[in-house]
Formats: sequence, C-alpha cells, structure tokens
Amino acid sequence: MNIISSPTIQTKRVRPTISKSLLYILCIILAIVFLFPITWSIITSFKPPAEAAAIPPTGLPSYISWENYQKFNGFGDGAGRYLFNSVSVAIMTVAGTVILSTLAGYGFSRFDFPVKNLLFLMILTTLMIPFQMILTPLFLILGALGLQNTLPGLALVYITFQLPFGVFIMRNSFDTVPRELEEAALLDGCSSVSLLYRVMLPIVLPGVITAGIYAFLNSWNEFLAALIFMNHQNMFTFPILLNSVNYGLYGAVDWGALQAGVTISILPSILIFLLFQRYYMQGLTGGSVKA
Amino acid sequence: MIETSGTSTEAMLTAQPRSRNRTIRRHTGLLFVLPAVTFTTIFFILPLLMTIWMSLHNWPLLGQSTFIGFENYSSLTSDRQFWSSLGFTIRYTLLITPPIFVLAFVLALLVNLPLRWIGIFRTAYFIPVVIGLGASSLLWVWLLNDRVGAINTLLRQANIIEGSLIWLGSIDTAIFAIIVSVTWKTVGFTMVLLLTGMQAIPQEIYQAAMVDGASFLGRLRFITLPLLRSTIALALVLSVIGSFLAFDQFYIMTRGGPRNQTITAVYWIFNNSFTYFKMGYGSALSIVLLGILVILSMLQLRLLRRDVG
Repeated sequence: MNIISSPTIQTKRVRPTISKSLLYILCIILAIVFLFPITWSIITSFKPPAEAAAIPPTGLPSYISWENYQKFNGFGDGAGRYLFNSVSVAIMTVAGTVILSTLAGYGFSRFDFPVKNLLFLMILTTLMIPFQMILTPLFLILGALGLQNTLPGLALVYITFQLPFGVFIMRNSFDTVPRELEEAALLDGCSSVSLLYRVMLPIVLPGVITAGIYAFLNSWNEFLAALIFMNHQNMFTFPILLNSVNYGLYGAVDWGALQAGVTISILPSILIFLLFQRYYMQGLTGGSVKA
Repeated sequence: MIETSGTSTEAMLTAQPRSRNRTIRRHTGLLFVLPAVTFTTIFFILPLLMTIWMSLHNWPLLGQSTFIGFENYSSLTSDRQFWSSLGFTIRYTLLITPPIFVLAFVLALLVNLPLRWIGIFRTAYFIPVVIGLGASSLLWVWLLNDRVGAINTLLRQANIIEGSLIWLGSIDTAIFAIIVSVTWKTVGFTMVLLLTGMQAIPQEIYQAAMVDGASFLGRLRFITLPLLRSTIALALVLSVIGSFLAFDQFYIMTRGGPRNQTITAVYWIFNNSFTYFKMGYGSALSIVLLGILVILSMLQLRLLRRDVG
C-alpha cells in the first residue's frame, strides 16, 4: 500500500534562526496540554476517595487505592453489567460491519450486475445524511421489531451507520488486488466464496482491520443513539452509565468514582488506537488517497 | 446484454475479457452486496422517508397519528426555542471553527517538521480524538468544577483568577469552556487532515521557491495555503457539520442551561421527539436542519472551490 508517498523531509537544514531546542520545548508544552486532562483523570481515579474529593484538589495520591473503582462498581446493576452491554454491542458491531462490508466491497469491486452503481451510490449517500436526523423514526422501527432496549438492536443501528465507510474502504481494498490472481484461482476451480475467503481476504486484511477499528471506536464511544434506544437502567451502555452518575441518578456526584468510570471508558479506545495506529490513519486518508 | 458502467473506477473492469459463466456471476455480485443493501434500506432509507412522512403528521408516542399537512412546519416559525436554538448553534459553530482551524494549522506545520521523535508528538496531540465525546465531556465537567476541578486551581496559582469560577453556570463562560474542551478533543482530527494535504504538496515547489529567496511566510501564503484549498474545504465541511450537530457536550456539560440558552438544534429535536414525544414535530425539525446542512456544505464547497488556479 502506497498511502503516504514519500518521507516527509521538507528541508534538510532547519533554518538557523529557529533553534531546534525551542521547537522541542514547544512540542513538549503542547503534549502536556493535550495529555494533562486524561492523565489527571487516571491519577485521580487511583486516589483514596477522601483525596479525590478534596477541595481544592490535592496533588499526587498519597497511596494507590482501588476504592474509587469499588464505589463505581456499586452504581446501578454494577459496572460488570454495563461493561458487558458495551462490550457485546461493540463485538456485534465490529463483526457485523466487517462481514457485511467485506462481502459488499467484494461484490462492488469484482462483479457487474444490474443497478450496481445505484446501490453503491445509495450506500455512500448515507454518509452525507447525519444519523441524528433519522433517530425519531428509527426509534419507532426498533420498537416495531421489538429491538428497543436490546443489545442486538443497538448493534444493528451502529452497523448501518458504519456501512458507508466500511463498504467504501473494502471496495477500494479489493480494487488493489491484481485481477490475474483471481483469474488463476478461478481457472483452478475455486468458487466465488472460497476465492474471497482463501485468496483475497489475506490481501485485503488491512482494510478489514481499518473498518473494524472504526466500528469498535464508534460503537464504544457513541452517546446519543444509546441514550435514546437504551432507556432501561440495566441496558445502559458505558457512556450512558457515566452520564447517569454525573446526573445524580445514584446520589450526590462522587467525583473519584466518576473518574474511575471515565478511565475505564477511555483506556480501551486509546489502547486500540495505539496498537493499530497505522490502520486508523489509513482510514482517515482513505477518502482522499485511493489505495 | 453487456453492462458498461460509467464511473472511472470501472474502466479497468470493463476492459477485462468476459468470462464464460457471466450470467451466473452477475447474480452472484448482487448476492454479495445484498446484506449491506438490506441493512441500509431498513435502517437508513426507510427511516429517512419516514422522517418526511412523519413531519406531516401529529405523531404522539402512543395513540393515533393524524395527518396535518404542513402544520408542523408553520408552527415551527413561531417556536421561539427553535429560533433561539438555531441561533445558538450558529453562534457556537462560528465561534469554535476559527480556533480549531488556526490551532490545527499550526500543529500540522509543527508535526510536519523533519524533527526526530516528531511522530510521538503527533500521536500525543491526536489521542483525544479517539476517546468518546461523552467521556471527554464528563472529564471536562470535573476539570471545570468550581470545588474539585483542576482548572480553577491552576488559574488561581497562576494568579489569573481569584476564588473560583463556576464556568458552566453562565452562558459566556460556559461557551468558552466548552469551546476549549471540544477544541482539545477534536483539533487533532483537523490537524491530521491538513497534514495529509501538506505532505501531498511536491517538495520541488518549496525548493524552487527557496532558491528564489521566498521567506517562510511567503511560502506559506503562496504555496501551502493555495495548494491546500481542497483539503481545507473538506476539513471545513466536516468540522462545521460536526459543530452544527453538537449535542453530547451540551447535554452532559450544561444540560441546556442556564435558562435553556445552550440548547442546540439537535438537542431541541431530541427534546421534542423523546422528552415531549412530539415525534411529528421532531421530524419536521429534522428535515429543516437537514436542509440547512445541505445548503451549508454546498455553500462551503462552492466558496472554497471558486477561483482555483
């Protein structure tokens, strides 16, 4: 994949008037500004509750304490229940998005069929209409299907929102696979399905990973749709639980416990991003640079 | 009959020799795309059409809906909260777009420098983008809190304020605080878009300009900015639409207050459809907002594509 073409050397010599160390100091100050809120939240979550609630806030914790996490676990049906909800929805969303996008990407890249361009356009158009605009009828459709307040129901909605991006990425990925490879496999008597699974999937794997990461992050982080479709307390996803804690649903706001929840909520996103950074960035540039 | 599709991407495909089992393959293709098409139809196209249909009805959560023509649209004109929400959303968008773009541009220039370890800084500035807006809003509610929050303490220690500010308690400080928090959360995204555009500019142009003695600012003004035009257009459309659809940060951080002043357009749709269960009216609001968004993105693309070259 030749996404970002050449190494980014702009000029060999940095202009002598701007000293390199000044630039580094600027970079470091900015890094502190960007990382401070997250770091401070994580540190506070490990403070003993009395220190986490101190007015004004104290500095570093006097010792590492898990009490905020234990208190957080006491909200509602327990953190485990909400983690289960969020993780299940995320897994279903990733699996559904990856499977549907791969199949559709293969179909759009490799076959000719009636109304093909119309269907491709239809899927891409949904990218231009914000999902916030269709939540009202979606609420009724999920209700009619008996899917309100169910984990698969929310996952179905998330998969649909992910499809335009996923199908686009996968169509582009399949476009890069040399046709000769496919022809050879077909001559050997490979069926369409096994051709996809055994010959092409290994080649388009980066696209699959990219589609999967975006599906995970969007499902894990999404707030508004989950707020509307999951209104039974035991069906909340993690972001909705956090909001309820802040709303005082479980008594006066316990700031230490809330930061324990925030930490649990943001760490998976950051971890997934750091692990798969290259694939994530390919997703960002995928729109402008065709693979 | 032989199908030839019009798009350029299909040029390669149509140049292929036709295989024997062509008719079978035609329907195979349809089968592959069918699941995705079905999902999109049920959970996107259908609700989109229903939004239009529902907007012409009085549609309560329970009980019979009644057709009322364009009544929802006409009562919208006298809905003071709608106009105030629309005004607030526009104000928020106008206020947050410049800081995001100026900061993103400076950051992109910085992380594009050929410095060692620069990739680490690029990643650091980008990290807030990948966490949820919900989680980041809750993080900032706490940071901004007048009693336990770190921001007031830091500002007090720097002698910028005395005592504690209740940031989210009045509209002006609330907008300012939310703009800071959302800029922190989203600026990395615009930075990477601009960076990608900058890296696509051929280095020879800069080298030629430097031979001619162009200054840093001169190169910025006459090479980088003009050649980044289409990238900026894309980033601007994405950023403006994102701000126009703001909901999470106001629902979580100010709950629409004080005195309903920070209820955004999407927030007002949410309240009508899911708090008052006036779903027909909520749909009419959605259609109007969608119309505004379409006009807005076309306008931005037109403005930025004009007089290229």
